[in-house]
Formats: sequence, C-alpha cells, structure tokens
Amino acid sequence: MDLEVIYSYIPRFVEAFWLTLKIGWFGILIAFIVGILTAFAVHFKIPVLSKIAGIYIEIFRNTPLLVQLFFIYFGLPKLGIRVSAESCGAVGLGLLGGSYMAEAIRSGLDAISLAQTESALALGMKKTQVFKYIILPEAFSLSVPAIVANLIFLLKETSVFSAISLMDLMFTAKDLIGLYYDTTETLFLLVIFYLIMLLPVSLIGNAVEKKYRYRMLGQ
Amino acid sequence: MGFEVLLKGTNFIRLLSGLWVALRISLISVAISIFLGMILGILMTLKAPVIQAVSRIYLEFIRIMPQMVLLFLVYFGTTRVFNLNISAETSALIVFSLWGTAEMSDLVRGSLKSIPKIQYESSFSLGLNTYQTYVYVIVPQIVRRMIPLSINLITRMIKTTSLVMMIGIVEVLKVGQQIIEANRKSSPNAAFGVYLTVFLLYFLACWPIGRLAKYLEKKWAN
Repeated sequence: MDLEVIYSYIPRFVEAFWLTLKIGWFGILIAFIVGILTAFAVHFKIPVLSKIAGIYIEIFRNTPLLVQLFFIYFGLPKLGIRVSAESCGAVGLGLLGGSYMAEAIRSGLDAISLAQTESALALGMKKTQVFKYIILPEAFSLSVPAIVANLIFLLKETSVFSAISLMDLMFTAKDLIGLYYDTTETLFLLVIFYLIMLLPVSLIGNAVEKKYRYRMLGQ
Repeated sequence: MGFEVLLKGTNFIRLLSGLWVALRISLISVAISIFLGMILGILMTLKAPVIQAVSRIYLEFIRIMPQMVLLFLVYFGTTRVFNLNISAETSALIVFSLWGTAEMSDLVRGSLKSIPKIQYESSFSLGLNTYQTYVYVIVPQIVRRMIPLSINLITRMIKTTSLVMMIGIVEVLKVGQQIIEANRKSSPNAAFGVYLTVFLLYFLACWPIGRLAKYLEKKWAN
C-alpha cells in the first residue's frame, strides 16, 4: 500500500461519492413516493389501479436492476425515449425501490387487524382520524425493519450505475485500476468509501428500528 | 422493434445458455450457502465470544458491501495481493457463497432463537447429547421455516448474478450485448428487443420461484 497514491486518489473518489449519493437519494425519494402510492392502491383495493400496481410490483421485484437499467438506457431510445444516464439511474433505482418499498409498507398495513379499526370507530373517531392515529403509526412501526433493509439494499444497488457509464465509485475504481494498475490502493479506497456511505445508514437504521418497536410492547 | 434478431441463427439458444450460466452460478452458491450457513448459524448461537465477534464483523461487512465491490475484491484484489489467479467464475462462486452464507446464517440464528429453551432442556434430560439434540430435535423444527426463506435467497442470487458480466463472465446480458453488436447494421433497433427479452427471461426465471416460496410460507405458517 502506497499512502501517496491513496492521497492522490481521494479527490476523485470524493467526487464520485457525491454523485453516487446524489443519484442514490433521488432514487430513494422516487422509491418512497412510488412505494407509498402503490402500497395504498393494493391495500385499499382501488379497482384498476391495484391490478396495475400488483403487476408492477411483481415485475420489478423479479428482475435485476442491471437489466432494468440496460433496458431503460439502451433499449428505450430505440422507441424515441431518450434519458440521460443520471436520470436513468435515479428512475431505475426508484422503480426498483418502489416495488420493494410497496411490499414493505403493504405488509405493515395488512398486518393491522380489523378489530383495531372497528374499536377506533366505536370510540367515535372519524375515518381519517382512525387512519392517522391508529393504523398509520402501527403499520409504520411494523414496516420500519423492512424499510431500513430496503434503504441499505438500494444504496448498495447504486454500484450498478457504472454499467451505464455514470462516474460513480465503482466506475472510478475500475477506471483507476485500468489507468494506473494500483489495484490494492484503489480497492482499499473503494471499500472505505462504501463503508462511509453505508455504515451510518446501518447504525442509524438499527437505532430507529429499536425506537419504533413500540407495537411489540403490548405482547 | 428488434425482436427478429433473436430468430436469426442460434441467437435465442445462445441467450438461453447465457441464462443457464447465471442460474448455474446461483444454484451452486445457494447449495454451498445453505450448508455453511446452517453451521455458522448454529455456531453463532453458542455462547462463544470469539465466534460471535468474528461472525458479527463478517455479517456486518457482507451486509454493507455491495456485491459488486466484493466481486472486485475477490477477482482483482486476490490476484494482486496473494498472487492467486482465480478464474472469473470461481470468484463469482466465492463471492456469492460468502454472501449467501452470511444471509443464511442470520436466518438460521433467528429461527434457532425462536425455539424455546425447553426443547433443549427436555432433550438433554432424555439423555441426548448436544449433537443428537441438534440433529434430531432442533434442526427438523427450523427446516420448515427455513425452506421458504432459502427459496427466496435463490431468487435474490439469480438477480444478483447479473453482476458477473462486470468481471467478464459471458452470461445472458453479455450475450445480449454481443448479439446487438453483431447485428448493428442489419437491425439497428435490436437493443430494444434483446434487452426486453433478457428482462422477461429474468422475470420468468425468478417469478415462479418467488411464488413457490410465498405459497410454502403460507402453507406452513403454523
């Protein structure tokens, strides 16, 4: 290991780190929006929409992100739909994540027994109140572990972006290995930067999970 | 639309054999992971501080690192550091087994923990030794819970094997790329048809397996 080499590589990795993080968080934002909408569509059995949502979830949960990105980035332009690599990455990650988030949120909503709603209604609460004060907090606490796992999963999946030539951490590493052949130093930095990105998410996720475990208290 | 390329010559067969490469890697890795994961999972429940510390670090590292980074570490890193020349497919097998073992052992540990202490105590008081207790009493109880989870692991493996093209293994996506390149002149729109087909092939490979896992999970819920 050559420290001098490591120092000289750091700026390039920092740049790639921010790009990865930027696209990653955009993707996760899309994933949350898509996930919540589809989960509600499926849970409340909204006529046509729930069918579409179901098909969408099955398709995107059962295909790899790399293949999805290739289709969006190289396949769709042939139909005249052209997207930049960055938005392709964010949209691809968002669509993949949306299907995972939808499953996480839906299973939380489905797990709340009907008795909860009925009791709340019997106490004179309005439907919106029942949803806001009873269903949502309980469903959320049930979904938190799955959501945290999904967050880590999605941030990890950003490593695929290099395949559509986005200058992310993976791409930078491959580029540097190809240029200077300092494999050990480059791989070391690659691991360090992914740790910097994911370790906090993992630790904060664990803490949040513990905090929201209140549904288990009554059992 | 570019679908006609697939009907030329042996193109579609080539695509399918590419899919088989991905499936083969994931099936072998799953088999290894189930075996090693069981052992590691049981070891983790024993109250040995060293094993617990080591396995925790191992699990956390594998959980956090993207599989692509692990592939690079094994494929490029070991060559450089240890002067080992591992083929791309072997490194893929190593990485996916390491990853699967971590996932599996965590599942095994979770299900072992859910087995009440009484089960152990009763079998000890009946005169069974530790080995017999595990083989005849504990493991049969967790297997039922493990099977749907390990089937889920297979689908996740299959999806993740799409990454191996990045270290130069010719699997379905790479074959698709080759077909598109070779027919660039005669059918310029091949990218759409071929990548859509690859997309559907992955779906057809994973979806039934996922359904089976869901079905078994429901059937064996109690």
